[in-house]
Amino acid sequence: MTAIRIDDLHSATSLSHLDMLESQAVFIMREVAAECERPVLLFSGGKDSAVLLRLAEKAFRPGRFPFPVMHVDTGHNFAEVLAFRDRRMADLGEQLIVASVEESIRSGRVADPGPGASRNRLQSVTLLDAVAAHGFDACIGGARRDEDKARAKERVLSFRDSFGQWDPRNQRPELWQLYQGRVRPGEHLRAFPLSDWTELDVWSYIAREQIELPPIYYAHDRAVIERDGMLLAVCEWVRPRPGETIFEETVRFRTVGDATCTGAVRSTASTIDEVIAEIRTSRVTERGATRADDRFSDSSMEDRKREGYF
Amino acid sequence: MDLLRFAIIGSVDDGKSTLIGRLLNDTRQLFEDQIAALEAVSRRRGLSEVELAFVTDGLRAEREQGITIDVAYRYAATPRRKLVIADCPGHVQYTRNMATGASNADLAVVVVDASAGLKEQTRRHLCISALLGVTEVLLCVNKMDLVDWSQEAFERAVEEVEDLADHLTITGVTAIPISALHGDNVAEPSDRSPWYGGPTVFEALDSAKVGEPVSGGGRMPVQWVVRHRDGRAYAGMISGGPLRVGEEVLVLPSRRSSRIASLSTFDGEFEEAWPGQSVTVVLADDLDVARGDMLAAAVDPPDTVTELEATVCWFADRPLQAGDRYRVKHTTRSCAAIVQAVEGRLDVNHLKVGPAERLAANDIGLIRLAVATPLAVDSYRRNRTTGSFVIVDESTNATLGAAMVGQPVMSPV
Ligand SMILES: Nc1nc2c(ncn2[C@@H]2O[C@H](COP(=O)(O)OP(=O)(O)OP(=O)(O)O)[C@@H](O)[C@H]2O)c(=O)[nH]1
Ligand SMILES: [Mg+2]
Repeated sequence: MTAIRIDDLHSATSLSHLDMLESQAVFIMREVAAECERPVLLFSGGKDSAVLLRLAEKAFRPGRFPFPVMHVDTGHNFAEVLAFRDRRMADLGEQLIVASVEESIRSGRVADPGPGASRNRLQSVTLLDAVAAHGFDACIGGARRDEDKARAKERVLSFRDSFGQWDPRNQRPELWQLYQGRVRPGEHLRAFPLSDWTELDVWSYIAREQIELPPIYYAHDRAVIERDGMLLAVCEWVRPRPGETIFEETVRFRTVGDATCTGAVRSTASTIDEVIAEIRTSRVTERGATRADDRFSDSSMEDRKREGYF
Repeated sequence: MDLLRFAIIGSVDDGKSTLIGRLLNDTRQLFEDQIAALEAVSRRRGLSEVELAFVTDGLRAEREQGITIDVAYRYAATPRRKLVIADCPGHVQYTRNMATGASNADLAVVVVDASAGLKEQTRRHLCISALLGVTEVLLCVNKMDLVDWSQEAFERAVEEVEDLADHLTITGVTAIPISALHGDNVAEPSDRSPWYGGPTVFEALDSAKVGEPVSGGGRMPVQWVVRHRDGRAYAGMISGGPLRVGEEVLVLPSRRSSRIASLSTFDGEFEEAWPGQSVTVVLADDLDVARGDMLAAAVDPPDTVTELEATVCWFADRPLQAGDRYRVKHTTRSCAAIVQAVEGRLDVNHLKVGPAERLAANDIGLIRLAVATPLAVDSYRRNRTTGSFVIVDESTNATLGAAMVGQPVMSPV
């Protein structure tokens, strides 16, 4: 542990931008932990949830986390991400719950969209079932307002009715830092400590804190196919269709999600600093570059969120 | 590099969202995929040009109705600073969302339509912003193209806003004639306003002065009690101060005193902590301290009260009146409250508090409240955190109103 130098802190405005974001996120996590009876932290294995775990350490160590960690597992995972998840959870010594989309399909809760089809949307059902089964009243997630135009509208503490629905036309007023976290049985909250962080803030924080990520965030050689203008990694669930050919590319991932709809970007950025330099000059948003599911409709994120998506 | 948080406010349809879209577009802060999506949706809706308001009007209902319903947050930058933009809705029905967006703003960007007079809703937004503590205003007199770039029309609008600002706690107004639709004086100076020699909107945002937050005496509402090797520690965000190791503090409301034995975060210990920092405090004595209590500098503590007077922005359709029971959330404490009296309602046109029996949706008023647990409060003017609270419905948990301790500071017109 290194002591903070006093002259770094001589005035409120001299708190760096990252210090302020960190402090706010820690504040939000503590409010949720204190106001809600059974919160849970959602962990996808991606960079935003890796940052959330570090912020939870900052908020609650030397104590244990006052909530379990839950992975909503589509079954379409990158092996590197699962390995990272298990390694990280073992290091932290915290409880991991896995809510499985595979299980929801097997038990008939959702229809199998077929091999190779995205299970992104199905996650909402699995998530809401897990929320009900465990009696969670708050899900802490890593979504950011800069990711999408519907998310740009969402509160830090975002209310979900007893059907798990978000009503963007009728959100609770949320003034100052007065996060109001009470809900009735059956209702729950989504809490977004990273609301005001941008992709660049997240990476700058990863650099500052030396946060480990799954290696697929850095440039590596991979067998890919091109589909709908995106590079998809060839794996068990992604096979070339007629007319598509497999080729080798140097790529990295900007987001991590269901392997069937998360695209890779051509990149040679193999260190944190190189990634930051790349993001600074990128002319395409993170979701625009990598998410097939958001390309088809103008309001796909809003629709998914209304149904209970992250 | 510093940070400017601003709220863009003003009446419905005066061009707030168009201005944000224009500003981001003309300073190349929109991404290629965002531009492509905007072009596609504008084409699909039969528009001949890209609808700039869709940059922030991201909800389907907003695009169908052509109005903003809830605040959109966008993140951008000028050469000198980072910007956090809150694009607020103008429609009176969504005043609650405007207040949400303005509550954390350092600066208000007020958009008025040059071809219309100063509307009641613009006055309301300016009043609310001033009450919330915004002291600096950037006035964008928009739709100058509709008044043939008349200098007179511009000056009339500026005069009206300056008149109003004089009666509020607004200390600085910078005014710019613009056309958000066509981009004049937004990112680039316009040759249609040769009579105007001031900054563009982008330049004004780059150089806007921001009042230092008033931080006053040291305060930390206790959020979370941490069990520590050497006893207990208290986590929370500093909301006044600094607080220093060795300093005498009172635990409120009990008023027991102790000294700060240590201040730390996950990253280590330090000697003093400043507003905005989330820290953990260990006290020299083993006192009974719980979430909702406040640690405050013993030399300058807040008042501990069970009755208080507050300025309220009321959002709910159900009116607020004497005898009503609610829950309030003040810092980290929630408790029951009873409205003892509605002392008056603010007439936003004349800036006078007149008699009223009740407050209706979107009214601003003055109330007297009794609370079930003593609260440690400062006046809002002194401390935004310890001087504010929200009023909550006891059964639905809906947030019904926002309140600031003390009377509204303004002079009647
Ligand atoms: N002629 C002209 N029209 C403008 C200008 N700026 C905006 N408009 C038009 O005014 C209408 C309303 O613009 P918006 O940007 O949606 O207004 P707003 O203030 O964001 O409205 P709310 O968010 O609903 O309060 C749109 O049709 C714009 O094209 C301008 O400079 N000149
Ligand atoms: Mg608008």
